[in-house]
Amino acid sequence: MEWQPVIGLEIHSQLATASKIFSAASTGYGAEPNTQASAVDLGLPGVLPVLNEKVVEMAVLFGLAIGATISNASIFARKNYFYPDLPKGYQISQYEEPIVAGGRIEIRLPDDHIKIIDVTRAHLEEDAGKSVHEDFDRSTGIDLNRAGTPLLEIVSEPQMHSAAEAVAYMRAMHQLVRYLGICDGNMQEGSFRCDANVSVRPLGESTLGTRTEIKNLNSFRFVERAIQFEIDRQIEVIENGGQIHQVTMLYDADRHETRTMRSKEDAHDYRYFPDPDLLPIEITDDYIQSMANSLPELPAQKRKRFVDEYALTSKDAEILCEDRGIADYFEQATAASSGNPRLCANWITGELFAALNASNLQIEASPVGPAALGVLVSRIADNTISGKIAKQIFETMWETGQDPDDVIAEQGLQQVTDDSAIANLVEQVLNDNPDQIEQYRAGKDKVFGFFVGQVMKLSQGKANPKQVNKLLKARLDN
Amino acid sequence: MSSYPETVAGIATALAKGEFSSVEITRHYLDRIAAHDSRLNSYITVCEEHSLNQAAAADAMLKSKDAGPLTGVPYAHKDIFCTKGIKTSCGSRMLDNFVAPYSATVSERLDAASMVLLGKTNMDEFAMGSSNETSYFGPVTNPWREGAVPGGSSGGSAAAVAARLAPGATGTDTGGSIRQPAALCGISGLKPTYGRVSRFGLIAFASSLDQGGPMATTAEDLALLLNVMAGFDNKDSTSVDRPDEDYTRSLREPAAGLRVGIPKQFFSADLDADVAAPIRSAISELETMGAICTEIDLKHMDLSIPAYYVISSAECSSNLSRYDGVRFGHRCDDPRDIEDMYRRSRSEGFGVETQRRILVGTYALSSGYYDAYYQKAQQIRRLIRDEFKNALENVDAILGPTSPTTAFTMGQKSDDPVAMYLSDIYTTAVNLAGLPAISIPVGFADGLPVGMQLIGNYFAEAKLLQIAHQYQNVTDWHQHSPSLDDGIE
Repeated sequence: MEWQPVIGLEIHSQLATASKIFSAASTGYGAEPNTQASAVDLGLPGVLPVLNEKVVEMAVLFGLAIGATISNASIFARKNYFYPDLPKGYQISQYEEPIVAGGRIEIRLPDDHIKIIDVTRAHLEEDAGKSVHEDFDRSTGIDLNRAGTPLLEIVSEPQMHSAAEAVAYMRAMHQLVRYLGICDGNMQEGSFRCDANVSVRPLGESTLGTRTEIKNLNSFRFVERAIQFEIDRQIEVIENGGQIHQVTMLYDADRHETRTMRSKEDAHDYRYFPDPDLLPIEITDDYIQSMANSLPELPAQKRKRFVDEYALTSKDAEILCEDRGIADYFEQATAASSGNPRLCANWITGELFAALNASNLQIEASPVGPAALGVLVSRIADNTISGKIAKQIFETMWETGQDPDDVIAEQGLQQVTDDSAIANLVEQVLNDNPDQIEQYRAGKDKVFGFFVGQVMKLSQGKANPKQVNKLLKARLDN
Repeated sequence: MSSYPETVAGIATALAKGEFSSVEITRHYLDRIAAHDSRLNSYITVCEEHSLNQAAAADAMLKSKDAGPLTGVPYAHKDIFCTKGIKTSCGSRMLDNFVAPYSATVSERLDAASMVLLGKTNMDEFAMGSSNETSYFGPVTNPWREGAVPGGSSGGSAAAVAARLAPGATGTDTGGSIRQPAALCGISGLKPTYGRVSRFGLIAFASSLDQGGPMATTAEDLALLLNVMAGFDNKDSTSVDRPDEDYTRSLREPAAGLRVGIPKQFFSADLDADVAAPIRSAISELETMGAICTEIDLKHMDLSIPAYYVISSAECSSNLSRYDGVRFGHRCDDPRDIEDMYRRSRSEGFGVETQRRILVGTYALSSGYYDAYYQKAQQIRRLIRDEFKNALENVDAILGPTSPTTAFTMGQKSDDPVAMYLSDIYTTAVNLAGLPAISIPVGFADGLPVGMQLIGNYFAEAKLLQIAHQYQNVTDWHQHSPSLDDGIE
């Protein structure tokens, strides 16, 4: 039998605010345990949450970017359960009235097809703290620095049918939240992670199979591997006559397997109810409109514009739009390149990416700025330098941060385009190699390449190769 | 008795005139507490050294003419308001070891007014109770009668003010916890409009109902204390952002022409006849003063007790989850694992009534019961609120008894939670609606004080205080004080 996997993701995207969602404590990562936990984050008696309005702005931006409905009066609810790193014994989340409802996002599948995935909802909530089991003998340490960190939980419809589709969806969301500047996207630090709901059903069947939920996947590779493992596991169980049980699982990356964490019978009754400490988040239509006006250009729009405006290939547009910083770099380089976007694209995806990778730098920290690269490209295009010399100049720019024109002038790398000067070089090479002239004239065409090489060498690479070819040909064939 | 004035207003005036110092009056109250409170048990913590330091500082301000209206006036603080550096127990073993690293906004405001904190008063555990019998620190004796309860949950504050162990006190009122003990102890108490007094640092029982307010012998004192306590606070999202007001401003305006509604439901069979009598006399007195009293109909009042106990218990079950033995508060000895630590810390730290409310609330919010209980109770809450709103379009205040009985005997209702809950029959609806209400003494029944309740429109505290003050101008029930017949004067 052929099986169809059905996958839905709940992505937890940490909102990039300086302070927590309900307290003034810092959200900075990596501080000493419990140094960034205020009385509110500790859930001390009598303290009260006060909403950080920045998170509302970020959630609204996100909602608008996926074409969702923004609730005019969304409500915070308490999700009640006991856990040592959940200080209040409840998590402040949203339940019945989330701030963002509906919406959709375009994903690109491995075969380059475009698919639309619907978003069910996105809601605001606070993160819990962290239980630390190492370093404590037969007990557990609690670090509440992360408690109260703002999260946007983005819930998709179960519309993905392979691990690869799930990863493509997660990548698209990852790209979007970074474009919007609402999440730093740092997956190692847990700023962007997901839970995956996975089920399988016979292909063509419309009802869903029993699903399992895999918790806390924090890399694209883990998402892909964990979901694939779970799909295979479920199919194997069913084909062997077994049944899938609704359970919550953890993915063990070291052993590459999913393990049951708790069964449905142990599932919490979260006893959601509206949080009486917080008023509904009131959002006016005017506010939504002003947020819509401040929405940046989104990846899909940018890709299309890059193809239309700069005549890039869709592959190049996709690579350049992967990250807003790269796209901005490209546009600034192009602006300085005297109208050579495609050559800029080649240089960015070629030399620049290679150099950034080798030095492990983000594009924002590139020693060669976009304007300098644009000028370098323009010097290739106007024949001031050859492509080969340009690579040499780029290396110098990378090391010294110098302007390309200064490097060209300083090192005398300007291409020789004067016909008489090149003719002199040609003359010199021919005089030095009478035997090769004989061979050429006897019909050995390959020797032509030898002459070109000699002229270029004599010019230290600066002669315009096209002119060298032309003049050599004229001289030898006469 | 001594020659010191007994009211907040009287003490403030005398301090301003330099008739005595803040240290002297503070010493006077500390001495009275030392003399009488081992019997009354109205204080959990008396902070003598702190009080005298505050009093000395207040005296310096009074001398340098740098003083505010209540500088140097002593007060008692319900042990539910966090006070930085001074234990805040909330009447519970759970918090017997808890010293908050911050002060409640109300505590800060009282400090900023340079008032002198005498100590923290006894209360029902986590404010859950109507008799002060659920306190981990033992019951409070009603100063009017040995063996009678003072009411609750602000029973310690009410008893302390009645026994003149403080001229004024703070209380909190979730379902009647200021008004009912005020009535049972023969003092005045005001529950402000929800959102008028900050809840920051007030240990939560039921967040949508809790409201801090003043307790004192007179309406004028309540106005003076409310001036200090009330005001917008950006640390409490449910605090209402509106300008501060002077609650004494209209005290001296006559009550003539004010319209008072008397719900017939407040005089049903539940009301003791000897409690009804003084209230009817008070109504006649108000009419003599020119108030226009008319009967009104509040049909849904009988729904308020069940709705109140569902909503307050639901919220309490969640609010009290933080007491898990992990970060602060009571932790059991030698827990085997986390489950054992939760179970034993909470079983040991919470008393029976608190555990009962947590269980009821947990049940009411559970999957499958939420709609039938919590949701339904919220619908009733809206009905009650709308009914009050409509009624208050036609009257300035709604009048009735505060409590169906006078102070009952200790132990009489402590094994019958429903009988206990019915003590709040006239008060809980006001919390559900979020309205302000005042209780003032209007007489005695069999030697025990009877309180009358006046309910006003949202933010109409000044009007309630005005009616109460005008009534107290022509009566002297508020001046009666119990004789502390323990032979100590």
